[in-house]
Amino acid sequence: MRNGNGSGAPWWLGVLACLTTGVALLPLFYLVVRATEYPAADFFEVVFSTRSARLASTSLALTAVVTGLCLVIGVGMAMLVTRTSIPLRRTLAVAAALPLAVPSYVAAFGWQSMNQLVNPGTTFEGFIAATIVITTVTYPYVFLPAAAALTRVGPAQEEAARALGRGPVNTFFTVTVRQAAPAITSGGLLCAIYVIADFGAVSILRLDTFTRAVFTSFSMGFDRLGGIALSSVLLVLTMVVLLVEGRFRRTSTRYAAIGPGGSGSAMRLSMGRWTVPALTIAWSVVFFSLIVPGTALAYWAYRGVSTPGSIAEVAGAFGNSLWVAALGAGATTLLAVPLSVYIARRGSILARGLERLAYLAHSLPGVVIGLSVVMLGISVVPALYQTTWLLVLAYCTLMLPLALGPAVAAALSAPPELEEAARALGKSSLTAYVRVTLPLMAPGIGSGFLLVMLTVIKELPATLMLRPTGFDTLATRLWTYTGNESLAAAAPFAVLLVLLAAIPAWLMISRMLKEEP
Amino acid sequence: MIRTTRSALAVAAASALVLTACGNDEETTNGNGANGAEGAEAQSLVLYSGRNEELIQPLIDQFQDETGIDVEVRFGETAELAAQLLEEGEDTPADVFLAQDAGALGAVAQEGMFADLDQDLLDRVPELYRDDADTWVGVSGRLRTLIYNTDLVDESELPNTVEDLTGPEFEGRVGIAPTNASFQAFVTAFRVAEGEDAAQDWLEQMTENDPQYREGNGPIVSEVLDGALEMGLVNHYYLYAQAEERGVDPEDLPAANHLFGDGDVGALMNVAGAGILNEDSAAAVELLEYFLSEEGQQYFVEETSEYAMVDGLDAPAGLPDLDELDVPDIDLNQLDDLETTIQMITEAGMAG
Repeated sequence: MRNGNGSGAPWWLGVLACLTTGVALLPLFYLVVRATEYPAADFFEVVFSTRSARLASTSLALTAVVTGLCLVIGVGMAMLVTRTSIPLRRTLAVAAALPLAVPSYVAAFGWQSMNQLVNPGTTFEGFIAATIVITTVTYPYVFLPAAAALTRVGPAQEEAARALGRGPVNTFFTVTVRQAAPAITSGGLLCAIYVIADFGAVSILRLDTFTRAVFTSFSMGFDRLGGIALSSVLLVLTMVVLLVEGRFRRTSTRYAAIGPGGSGSAMRLSMGRWTVPALTIAWSVVFFSLIVPGTALAYWAYRGVSTPGSIAEVAGAFGNSLWVAALGAGATTLLAVPLSVYIARRGSILARGLERLAYLAHSLPGVVIGLSVVMLGISVVPALYQTTWLLVLAYCTLMLPLALGPAVAAALSAPPELEEAARALGKSSLTAYVRVTLPLMAPGIGSGFLLVMLTVIKELPATLMLRPTGFDTLATRLWTYTGNESLAAAAPFAVLLVLLAAIPAWLMISRMLKEEP
Repeated sequence: MIRTTRSALAVAAASALVLTACGNDEETTNGNGANGAEGAEAQSLVLYSGRNEELIQPLIDQFQDETGIDVEVRFGETAELAAQLLEEGEDTPADVFLAQDAGALGAVAQEGMFADLDQDLLDRVPELYRDDADTWVGVSGRLRTLIYNTDLVDESELPNTVEDLTGPEFEGRVGIAPTNASFQAFVTAFRVAEGEDAAQDWLEQMTENDPQYREGNGPIVSEVLDGALEMGLVNHYYLYAQAEERGVDPEDLPAANHLFGDGDVGALMNVAGAGILNEDSAAAVELLEYFLSEEGQQYFVEETSEYAMVDGLDAPAGLPDLDELDVPDIDLNQLDDLETTIQMITEAGMAG
């Protein structure tokens, strides 16, 4: 594939890919610039302390456990809804995707309120609590791409494996799962990085992780440089995760199929006597993931007397959320597409390096991303400072891997031979790319767009720091009212936020179900 | 291979671009001329507010109506706004910074970003509640108290000093929020007032006394009200906020604020305050004057149940007046050294 006769990637794709990654690397430049201002002795004291080591081991342990659970739940659930004939299969698929719309802080609050009702006097906090709460809101990061990939894996190879005498279960794990592996690992990676960067849930559940310590530095010590020094450790943790993931994944492995889904319909297992246990487990995961936070919101609305200002205020925040989410998702997707094709086409160290780098920024707390864009804005493009455009840039930096994962998976399954054929017929490389490869990638690109959109809707710290003055979204309104203990006033914003974020989640899963042969 | 080289060059070029941009950081010092000058002429200003919008916006609206000055408010968390201000430096669009507590003001003042304030403005506020170097001034005060459930705890049981809480009679009964800024400020004050060793001892003995850890003042107060906790160290105004959210009078709630006496550090008065970032803005001075006017001060007392900083206003219902309080004599500027405090709290085993 790398013999330079054009079957790899055209040169302009490499340039675009590098520029794109540059956007994702902004916060790294910022960290380097600021870290050099920090006295080296202090830097080492902060970074190499016993506290640091303890925080790092907590963060890594939480990351490993949650990611493991998410992989089991996500792949298991994806298998149930795509490869078995259980009753209410499609309903389960839709319901299982929806917890993605719940911000982790709402979920954590929900579990704590629920715990108060069920076991008054006890506390719900610490490692296990955080594991439960974060798993319930992150497993869809694995479930969605896994389900998408399993839907698209054609039955041809499975049938071949069966014909050669392998049993259905053996076939599933050796043939089917392997073909879905790129999608599954990129989902697992998103989970892992989400856990590293999460602040909302761990702060409410009082688990000391690295990200919580970064926030603590900022908000209790007013110690910007200390916070930045700690952030550099988050990058190292993320690199560890990326290395681990790299061992499991072979980016260059490609399972190209011509035409969606191949021919014939996918093999469906009948669950037999396992139907009831499987359904019970699957539905209880969904139930706890959705009902607990839902109950908390109802409790907020019921308990207080405060009310939001007006319908106009609510509608305005709703419109703004939708607007910045669409802009952010559009821009991020534009950046992700050329990068994903480049990564899929080139097995080079550079391509793999670029992909890894794109994930780094995603593991940094929003406040660090925010500050890096503040620095860029104020010193390079002051005219754009505190405008929507810089906010969108911050979203691109934060969300790139979300759009990248599904797009790379899609690019891997779009066979370059078709593009080559188009070029052999006299089309330019750009035309061949736009007319042949892009349409094949469309479902993956669409999933990435929706995933970014729903994540932007939930994002708070960077939005607060970079929004135009006076610009309010559902998330900033929720912050305003909860910050003032006006929980009842906050409730409608929280409900709308979850509903709005649920739309992309629902679109992703329902489109996938339509694709089924 | 050729492609790889090209791509590597592109990365280098992109990096150079961004790095150059960073390098220019120090050089772009054309100041906030545009914003500042216009601000003064067109009578408008930009306020960075670390205090909640629900609380501040009505007061700003009143100010705009009375003065005709147009105020753009940017809301955020106090600490994040302080970090943002430090990042923006001279080029900040902000004219005024209103912060939730003295530590953030101290951090911004330390970078020399605040302009000096007029003496007659400063003189309205007792020296204890403003900056020694005259760059920021307190606009409202919050008192540390011990909130307790009046059904579960008898008044005779209540401690005189915060040190009493380490006694066996309080084992497992006291809620604290060691990761919360207000608790941090209190421990810093403890260090300033009683010395490092005494503070360390108190933290260790408190930890051994099995306190009930919570994330913030809010959860402590709710749980005291619900009877899940007996008592806890908090700020005085949370009780009033809960009364409002539940739609009842503070006196009708099953909880009350207990004050530590005799200048005990447990009764620390911390302030929310403001400083001016654009020294050319007349509107900024007017806004600070308004915050400290009787109207502005009355507003804080009524809306947030905080203490007014100027003479002649009533204290929050059920609490003594400002000049009758036995608060510890502590320089609030010294509360910016939270680093050591966090370390001590950590070492005592209270928080990560």
